[in-house]
Amino acid sequence: MKPAHQTMLLNVMLLAGVMGLFVTSLMWGETRIMFSHALADLLAGRHTAGAIIVERLRLPRTLLAILVGGTLGLSGAVLQGYLRNPLADPGILGVSGGAALGAVSVFYTGLMQVSIAALPLGGLTGALCAAAVLMGLVGRGGTLVLLLAGAALSSFAAALTALVLNLVPSPYASFEIMHWLMGSLTDRTFTHVWICLPGVVCGTLLMLSAGRALDALTLGEDVAASLGFQLHGPRGVQTRIVLGAALAVGSCVAVSGAIGFVGLVVPHLLRPLVGYQPSRLLLPSFLGGGLLLLLADMVVRVVAVGPELQLGVLTALVGAPVFFARVIMLKRTVS
Amino acid sequence: MILLQARDVSLRRGDRAVVSAASLTLAQGRVIGLIGPNGAGKSTFMRLLAGLEAPDHGDVRILDRSMGQISSALRARQLAFIPQDGGTPPPMPVRALVALGRLPHGQAGDHAVRHPAVGHALDVTGLQDLCARPASHLSGGERARMNLARALATDTPVILADEPIAALDPAHALSMMHLFRQQAGQGKGIVVVLHDLVLATRFCDELVLMDDGAVIRHGPALQVLDDDIMRVVYGVTVRRVEDAVLPWSLCR
Repeated sequence: MKPAHQTMLLNVMLLAGVMGLFVTSLMWGETRIMFSHALADLLAGRHTAGAIIVERLRLPRTLLAILVGGTLGLSGAVLQGYLRNPLADPGILGVSGGAALGAVSVFYTGLMQVSIAALPLGGLTGALCAAAVLMGLVGRGGTLVLLLAGAALSSFAAALTALVLNLVPSPYASFEIMHWLMGSLTDRTFTHVWICLPGVVCGTLLMLSAGRALDALTLGEDVAASLGFQLHGPRGVQTRIVLGAALAVGSCVAVSGAIGFVGLVVPHLLRPLVGYQPSRLLLPSFLGGGLLLLLADMVVRVVAVGPELQLGVLTALVGAPVFFARVIMLKRTVS
Repeated sequence: MILLQARDVSLRRGDRAVVSAASLTLAQGRVIGLIGPNGAGKSTFMRLLAGLEAPDHGDVRILDRSMGQISSALRARQLAFIPQDGGTPPPMPVRALVALGRLPHGQAGDHAVRHPAVGHALDVTGLQDLCARPASHLSGGERARMNLARALATDTPVILADEPIAALDPAHALSMMHLFRQQAGQGKGIVVVLHDLVLATRFCDELVLMDDGAVIRHGPALQVLDDDIMRVVYGVTVRRVEDAVLPWSLCR
């Protein structure tokens, strides 16, 4: 089968999977409801318990799973393509660290008592500040400067987060911070969806606009430039990718906390299925990331005995063995 | 017809002049060999010719328009560049990688893969049988031909190749030089950086000799490579066998 047809089939299968899990996620939860009745009530505008559960709890949580998972998968694919490094993941930009610091600062200052939106808005502010610092640091520098700037920003944000944890007066707040940092979609509302949506949409469009440049970059920066792609500068490929990933990932981490391994593992699993062409990997990575996080979120809800398992913990627990398996397969291929 | 012209092009990096007032004129149907010892500034001069860097002084013109005044997309349709070391390519099929040469024409995906220029480039370089193979599985010689095929797929009047035969055995090196000669015969202009003076003498219409950032001599091969210049620039004595110049022994 031609790679283009193979990619289209993969996209259709992933989309079907996302849609199937989307419906299942709305139907299934801790509280048993008659989904058809709840849906009918919701569409008729009747505020029954079932309609409220679906509309205010399950729908935003499900939408966020798709948005956050999709963004992490897409960002991973774009960054791995741009840096030509299969170990790149959205965390290397340091923007996730900035979002975490922003959110943790909200915990520390007690602003979260003011509004439910304070926490994600704090995270978003942290992510945007980190993105601005990153763009300022990188300027017209190349990929090495980007990696170093991301590492420096990430370390600094982690150090400041640790400082806040160190200084926080209440052990309860400390526990809340640790819990938030593990990543979760529990109790998220449409406020969270609206807070992360603009950054995700703008960031995703910026990243998707770099697809052809990513293909050209497989042949190296000089060839990509000679093929007519402007790599650096305000409208260059690097700006679009870094700004896009920073906006999208920062917005997601602001509402969900840090969710690891999705951005790393999803592009790895899908790359051989699209003929290793970076531009063909983008849409499948978005859909695959959304699918994986929807699945993980449903598992979290199913195994909720005692304290609910945090989503970020589950993705790391599942993602790391997948990565081990890839390493072993790679070693076998090499030898 | 003049395809590419550099006039008194200079570039400094810090305090060091990497290229000093270098000039070159490439006409249609010609192969120019850019030669000189390591560190002479050949690769930087090639980057200036390719428009990948802007010179501090001087001007590079392509088809009589200043490189700085045309868009990067238009430049990409007029000039193809094969860099010195492309590194290991990704495991994409050879045909898909060659088809990336159609990107300057706004063609990508299946549309590019099916374009006649891609098929022609694969035919000319003898890669048609390998077109479904992952590019990462190619040998050094096949990879060099794939890089040329990608440049040919763009179908530009000018091709710049930086040391395309540096890692090739004699048979593959000869085959590549024949391909360059053949393309020049069809009206393209080619500048190729070479260290093999025998092949440079045999396949190039003109040699441009660089040393310490400057073009110190240019013209037909046997005029450029005289005994004195070989001693001064390369630090070797030479032997002449018929019309070939063979580096023979170190003189310092």
